[in-house]
Amino acid sequence: MDPRALVPHIPSLRRYARALTGDAWAADDLVQDTLERACSKWRLWSLGTDLRAWLFTIMHNQFASQMRRAPPRAMVDIDEAAHELRAADAQRDQAIDLQRCLLLLPEDQRAVLLLVALEDLSYAQVAKVLGIPAGTVMSRLSRARTRLQALMDEAPPVAGRTALRRLK
Amino acid sequence: MNTLPPPLDDDDPHAWLAQRDALRQLHREVLDEPVPATLLAAAGVGRGPRRADAPWLRWGGMAAAVLIAFGAGWIANSQWLRATGNSARLARAVPAAQEFVHAAAVAHAVYSPEKRHPVEVAAAEQQHLVQWLSRRLDRPLKLPDLSAQGYTLVGGRLLPGSQGPRAQFMFEGPGGERVTLYLGSLDAAAASGSGEAAFRFATEGPVPSFYWVDAASATLWRARFRAMPCWHSRLPCTVSSKAPAARLSGLHSDFF
Repeated sequence: MDPRALVPHIPSLRRYARALTGDAWAADDLVQDTLERACSKWRLWSLGTDLRAWLFTIMHNQFASQMRRAPPRAMVDIDEAAHELRAADAQRDQAIDLQRCLLLLPEDQRAVLLLVALEDLSYAQVAKVLGIPAGTVMSRLSRARTRLQALMDEAPPVAGRTALRRLK
Repeated sequence: MNTLPPPLDDDDPHAWLAQRDALRQLHREVLDEPVPATLLAAAGVGRGPRRADAPWLRWGGMAAAVLIAFGAGWIANSQWLRATGNSARLARAVPAAQEFVHAAAVAHAVYSPEKRHPVEVAAAEQQHLVQWLSRRLDRPLKLPDLSAQGYTLVGGRLLPGSQGPRAQFMFEGPGGERVTLYLGSLDAAAASGSGEAAFRFATEGPVPSFYWVDAASATLWRARFRAMPCWHSRLPCTVSSKAPAARLSGLHSDFF
């Protein structure tokens, strides 16, 4: 099997990683780790199975181990978060709001939501990628959608934003 | 696998579709971007840079200038007056890389003598500083560790450039002498227009500077920095008599 087969998957891995991490450079680091790992574990991929799902599985293992090493995003100092928001480019406010709200979701919910919404993976595929039962996929997806909607509804309009509001 | 999973029973399908569409627009542009060489290399395609170089190589497309002035007195220097008087003409005539170095030199001359407000964000908040400026410049900035050379971080600030935001980091030696590192994006044409040797030494403007406009040179800079070559010989009249002689000789061997 030729590692070149990985290349067509790189753009979607990058976009997914960016939505997952909320950071372009952390995302590319994650993709790089994923690709390197895929190359070194190439023999473990069984021909005929879904290469894309396998790559997402590797990415999630990498992401999970990064999360174990790094302090959770939710611990970010509120002053720092306020600074981030003010620094944002006005034209991208909508996307930034969405990304910010995504990052407020627990990682497991965020992953399920993005795999389904961005990548069109089936519940069964998501279950396999994340190593969880299909029923858990559905309940996490439901919670993620509800919570994301609530966060977006509660986000104050960007133009008039003067302070962070507490998000429930 | 391209079929959409059905909406959950207890949910409004329209709300779900709207949410899903919004998510699909998120970072959509990434799908059309060319794949970075580092990732192709990670996939075993091409001969991209190795990971060991990555933190520096990811400055690709960035320009940076390191400005060094020893002691005060540079602002009164005639070079400063000449450069200021000529700036309008220079701005039209010189390529973007030279504009960049000139802006870096002016920023150095303006901020490095400051006693009370040399930086916007002080070194105590180093992590925040780097994160903030990385975000504004849309590049992962990494501060060089100059502690072995006796330079500690003072802090940094965001500055406007001709093509967008730029960053300045300031370091200070034990004698109070300041070194600034000035970073910003130059478009590809400007970077390539700066010449075959992307690593340059500029003597124009108020402060002698050395700068690079591409990643290979950043690596070169680092290598030379560590190898301590005698760059001081290329610095025009830079060594201030105010610094103790012992410190100056230390600088010669450590910093340059």
